[in-house]
Amino acid sequence: MKTEPFVVNVGPQHPSTHGVFRLRVTLDGERIVDADMIVGYLHRSMEKLAESRTYTQNIPFTDRVDYLAAMANNLAYCLAVERLAGIEVPPRGQFLRVIMAELQRLANHAMAIGAFLNDCGAFYTPFQWMFRERERILDLFEMAGGARLTVNYMRIGGVSYDIPPEFVPTAQALLKDLPQRISEYETLLMENEILIVRTRNIGVLPADRAIASSVSGPVLRGSGVAWDIRKADPYCVYDQLDFDIPVGTRGDCYDRFLVRMEELRQSVHILEQALDMLPGGPASTPVPLALRPPPGEVYARIEAPKGELGFYVVSDGSPHPYRWHIRAPSFINLTPLKDMVVGLTIADAIITLGSIDITLGEVDR
Amino acid sequence: MPFLAKWWDLRDLGNPVAKFLEVLGDHGPDWLPYVVSALIGCIAIVLFLVPSQMVIVWAERRLIGRIQARRGPNRTGPWGIFQTIADTVKLLAKEAITTRHVDRWVFWLAPVFIFVPGITVFAVLPFDEHMVLADLNVGVLFLAAVGSVNAIIVFMAGWSSNNKYALLGAMREVSMLISYEIPQVLTLLGAVVFTNTMSLSGVVHWQDHYNTWLIFLQPLALVIYLISAGVEINRSPTDIAEAESEIVAGYHTEYSGIKFGFFYAGEYFAGFAIAAVVTALYLGGWTFWGLEKWVPGWLIFLGKLYLLFWLFIWLRGTLPRLRADQLMAFTWKFLLPLTLVNIFVGGLEVLIWQENDLSAGIVLPVFAIINLALAVGLVVAWARFLGHDRPDQRPRRALLMKEVGAIIYGQEP
Repeated sequence: MKTEPFVVNVGPQHPSTHGVFRLRVTLDGERIVDADMIVGYLHRSMEKLAESRTYTQNIPFTDRVDYLAAMANNLAYCLAVERLAGIEVPPRGQFLRVIMAELQRLANHAMAIGAFLNDCGAFYTPFQWMFRERERILDLFEMAGGARLTVNYMRIGGVSYDIPPEFVPTAQALLKDLPQRISEYETLLMENEILIVRTRNIGVLPADRAIASSVSGPVLRGSGVAWDIRKADPYCVYDQLDFDIPVGTRGDCYDRFLVRMEELRQSVHILEQALDMLPGGPASTPVPLALRPPPGEVYARIEAPKGELGFYVVSDGSPHPYRWHIRAPSFINLTPLKDMVVGLTIADAIITLGSIDITLGEVDR
Repeated sequence: MPFLAKWWDLRDLGNPVAKFLEVLGDHGPDWLPYVVSALIGCIAIVLFLVPSQMVIVWAERRLIGRIQARRGPNRTGPWGIFQTIADTVKLLAKEAITTRHVDRWVFWLAPVFIFVPGITVFAVLPFDEHMVLADLNVGVLFLAAVGSVNAIIVFMAGWSSNNKYALLGAMREVSMLISYEIPQVLTLLGAVVFTNTMSLSGVVHWQDHYNTWLIFLQPLALVIYLISAGVEINRSPTDIAEAESEIVAGYHTEYSGIKFGFFYAGEYFAGFAIAAVVTALYLGGWTFWGLEKWVPGWLIFLGKLYLLFWLFIWLRGTLPRLRADQLMAFTWKFLLPLTLVNIFVGGLEVLIWQENDLSAGIVLPVFAIINLALAVGLVVAWARFLGHDRPDQRPRRALLMKEVGAIIYGQEP
């Protein structure tokens, strides 16, 4: 029988590309023989725009880079500028930053796992369940900074507002519920035969390929490489906290899913400690509005929920950055996608993309 | 039942209709009762299906809402009960776009034909003792034949759309249906072997007569039938032909407005048909161990039907979707052998029963216990043999760095 391959555009408008990502696949039946990744539909020229704004004015931009992990982006940028200008953050500010970053990790992973299972075809149930937890975290953000999604909470030198007194009890109530909820999800999902046949040995990224592609975050850890910047290059107060890094063994979609589930537990553990250890005192250092860091360059990186998020900032002594670059984990984690999906079916390609967990705002910036 | 078959006995709506037709036959031409009875039957089936679909869509959305820890529709009317009506009005008002380069005739006919199998199946289904439009003596064969028409219609829609997603969806649907027809039909055979009739009311009468439901004698067949029929009605976890996250909407990607609504409704009709077949064949149809003397049988039938549909809704809210090739491997490797075993054992049992002239009161409970044990044992053993229940295949948790050290790829700890 004579067959010929045909080209299907998955995206930019497609239910499961998590935004406006376009995957142009050449199919032989359902089997992918070639894949082509096309990005850039959400390009907003942030890195150039930032060069004409002051250092403080750039913080809201970082919210919109990865809009599902705004706190982490805030944190990475503020760390970079603080390192450039030599600003010390008071201990309470440090702890508040860790608390917010870990809450954001919980919220982001809830979204990532929910969307991934949606791609697997679970009819929105895990998605909605995860949203129930995420909702309470967003409530906490609203309590602290007044906004839910693009929080704009961190400031150079600390955080914008100290937390209200009811924040800690509310957060502790949430943390009390979470382990039980996570166990519930594990019962529903991890012992599910359908999920295992769908994700085991699908979208495999071997450790050497993962390192060569410089992927990071749960994708790298799913491949079995225990690399976490919170341990490898500690920032804020992570060196005072006890937590562990989950790793996978095969680097398939199921391993990435497992790693994210375990990271939920570890984040809860970190948050419990951080809330207990939260010191008094001021939450931030006063910083001049038109901050003029001394000329120089800096690269600050954090373990964002999606991987290594780095900000490269060059100062020429003026109130505006001379160069402003984001090392976006979504974009770099996306690079090995072609190797992962060629040879699989289109259904596998979708869940592989889902297991990488990208935000298109961050891919295109 | 003392006064059954009197025309005023409205517990069975077939009685007044029969009386009416008798009067017509006495006073009118010979062909009139046939035409009128066909008309009444068709109208009755549509009158049952359309409101049922409306209510079930609403109920499904409410139930799925509960499963997903949210409220579901609650704005239009009390508990959102008019939501389906509002949706239908919206679908009617929307433009039914016909894109360029479609095969117009086929494209237009497919959404109309999609109703055919779902509705036609009900012709042979007995809602009550006398409430059956055509009590064919080959009813089970009719079910098998009509059920497979679905594949052609889906393929019409997918092919004529001139859209790659639609084509992929149609191809998936056809290949799946071809695979799943086999266990589906072969399981029906199990019921036929036991009851020795192919008429669906015959099957119900048999269950009534022996005071047992075939679910007890054929538990394995029921499970297999529900799985394979679930594939046919395109609902999650087997909604592969219209897998939203993969191929947008599958074969009805290009359909909008009420044409899409037709596909949507057609799926529910097919779902009702499956639930009704199971009700009649395995759950005793209109009978309920004496309750049918007090409650109209057709209400019992509908109650069972809706309960079964609730099972479909529950499954939809819980399970992820399989991949097309995995689903087909599941039929050939898992379902088909079990089906063959089921027929063999059923046939053997009937043979023993008939040859030795044993009393049904003793034999049937024994068979029920044997078959139930066989079903559980076979499913568990077969799943162990074929499944992924090995620790390295399904770790319950990710490894922690403390347990394994640094880079561990390539060596299982």
